[in-house]
Amino acid sequence: MTIAVPASDALRKPAFPFPARHFLSVADLDPVTVGALLDLADEFVALNRQKSKKLDLLKGRTLINLFFEASTRTQSSFELAGKRLGADVVNMSPRASSISKGETLIDTAVTLNAMQPDILVVRHGSSGAASLLSQKVSCSVVNAGDGQHEHPSQALLDALSLRRAFGRVGGLTVAICGDVLHSRVARSNVGLLTLLGANVRVVGPPTLMPADVARWGVEVHHDLKTGIAGADVVMMLRLQLERMQGALVPSMREYFRLWGLDREKLALAAPGVRVMHPGPMNRGVEIDSDVADDAGVSLIQDQVEMGVAARMAILATLAARLDNQ
Amino acid sequence: MTVQPIAFINARLVDPETGYDGPGALIVTEGVIAEASREPRLTALSDDVKIIDAAGALLCPGLIDLRVKTGEPGSEPKETLKSAARAAAAGGVTSIVVQPDTDPVIDDPAVVDFILRRARDIELVHVYPAGAATKGCRGEGMAEIGLMHEAGCVYVTDVDRPIVDSRVMRRLLAYANALGVLVAHRPADPWLTRGASATEGEFAGRLGLASEPVAAETIMLERDLALVELTGARLLVDQISAAAPLESLSRAKARGLPVLATASINHLTFNELDIGDYRTFCKLVPPLRCEDDRLALIEAVASGLVDIIVSAHAPAPAEDKRLPFDEATPGAIGLETLLPALLTLHHEGRVPLARLIHAATLAPAKAIGLAAGRLAVGAPADLLLADINAPRLIDAETLISKSKNSAFDGRRLQGRVLMTLVDGRVVYEGPAQ
Repeated sequence: MTIAVPASDALRKPAFPFPARHFLSVADLDPVTVGALLDLADEFVALNRQKSKKLDLLKGRTLINLFFEASTRTQSSFELAGKRLGADVVNMSPRASSISKGETLIDTAVTLNAMQPDILVVRHGSSGAASLLSQKVSCSVVNAGDGQHEHPSQALLDALSLRRAFGRVGGLTVAICGDVLHSRVARSNVGLLTLLGANVRVVGPPTLMPADVARWGVEVHHDLKTGIAGADVVMMLRLQLERMQGALVPSMREYFRLWGLDREKLALAAPGVRVMHPGPMNRGVEIDSDVADDAGVSLIQDQVEMGVAARMAILATLAARLDNQ
Repeated sequence: MTVQPIAFINARLVDPETGYDGPGALIVTEGVIAEASREPRLTALSDDVKIIDAAGALLCPGLIDLRVKTGEPGSEPKETLKSAARAAAAGGVTSIVVQPDTDPVIDDPAVVDFILRRARDIELVHVYPAGAATKGCRGEGMAEIGLMHEAGCVYVTDVDRPIVDSRVMRRLLAYANALGVLVAHRPADPWLTRGASATEGEFAGRLGLASEPVAAETIMLERDLALVELTGARLLVDQISAAAPLESLSRAKARGLPVLATASINHLTFNELDIGDYRTFCKLVPPLRCEDDRLALIEAVASGLVDIIVSAHAPAPAEDKRLPFDEATPGAIGLETLLPALLTLHHEGRVPLARLIHAATLAPAKAIGLAAGRLAVGAPADLLLADINAPRLIDAETLISKSKNSAFDGRRLQGRVLMTLVDGRVVYEGPAQ
């Protein structure tokens, strides 16, 4: 038997109305909403560090984790977030083998919708999949990653980690380094961090940069050393190892030499620089273990902890909106 | 077959052959144009003539659409020859050329014959098959071009699939040209376009869509033009779509190479931003380009650099479109929206009406050797009568095509077909106003 801990009023009733039914893209957010989400997440961080972590904000609610792409970190983070708020959580990982992937998405959406869930957390390999799904169901949809488009909860947890480490996000110089082209984390972070007033740079070889990336409102660097010079934050992206095949980069060792982060290169960044990575890391490809494991520099473990709190804030806010309906 | 003669009076005639755009009258007898007058009224009409007062409406040759996909044979739930023909008639399109990428592929004279027999039974608009350029549209062995041509195919094409092997393309051009068969080819570099569902640029990058650069089209077009120079063969460039390849085309035409080019009405109307929130009805092949490319394409139609406008009618049922963008089938239907979309370009003041009509009637007729597309005495009475000003909100659900994947759904256009005639027979009459 679990006993709900007494929660502050702020936790019981998020004090602002969330503007949308779904949480699909950072493009739907504004600075006030983000500030409120981060404030709420801060309270959940404190709660999560207590012995008894359970609330009843989502009591009676059903949350379905629908992951078409395998994920350990994000799925368990959402699962814990849902459970700590008192929701019933079901994890589903439909396999794309029997029927074509598209049929699976829509068919599964319609089927799950008939089971009357309250919140559907979805990850899918196609850009726009969460948005498409949100048009077919009557519950709230949370985008946990759609193709190469967005991963908005990751951006929120990164903003939370930064705000707690630096006391602010606005004015920070953040260098996002590596495979920007294929990264939904990069897209969501560029959107959210620029919204909050950070100066964002993207750094990587031209083969891993989207076309016209300079028009995203970021500085573009093809040299890691100039890219991270004076940066307050260096955010490394995961390099999928299959990128070696498509003539995007020649080899892991060349990639690490030119665009991997080690102590020597990190010394060019601003004093007090913090290093981030959305995980899972390829040690020795995009980041040296020496940097990744240095608790004085690395925020990587904080990011994982903040992930649960940020997702609790998203779920609690969406649920509060459901309660008001 | 005896059909009552019809006289149209008080019409606005547009004759693409002479460039005439002005008042006039026209008499249709025995399936052909018996008289075309620049006077709005006719005298001494016999009693058995049915007189239609056009009241200033546009009367011009029916549209000739060189690029229409149906699902017959093989995927009839998408679109049959009959439903496509009905959609064409309702859209003022009097001749359609159906594409060979059916199941089975039209790469055999027997399938050509099947299409022609089905079309005769339907008795609505003229249906001409295009044959596959290579067997199975696989880009390897040449299809039986000569036999298909004898059976009645009007040109050869592998439709959306580029012929990658330059040696196959060279031989195809040389061989087809000797037989007097036109080859159509959509220029696309297979490697740069692989997996792409949008045009490379800021917008596709933000949406996280795999994208292709316009250079994919330019590169393949330059190859094709070099092969045209090598072989001396005629080439129909299928759906040119951007400013850079238009420059290549312009240089080739200036050197006198025997090249013709089509543009789809979609690429003349929409740009990449119309994809919006992953709207799969705007997922096309080639993908929608940027606004500068669209404007360059319109300019090329106005100048005559682009010869022909096609609907690129490509029916796809809902289950092939209600998918994530990268998994959705590309293409959009267009037969019923071709005329109002053309007229919208005219109303926006971008291209003169006569020039647009020319690109959708006489130019395609000449390309494939049809006698239609003109208002001359003795020409086939394939005609359309349209109110060019009628406002229209396109509702895909009300369209005749079996598939409703219209990129124009929800768009406001101007222009409504009042009547369509094929060989002097009325095959469509619009609802009374």
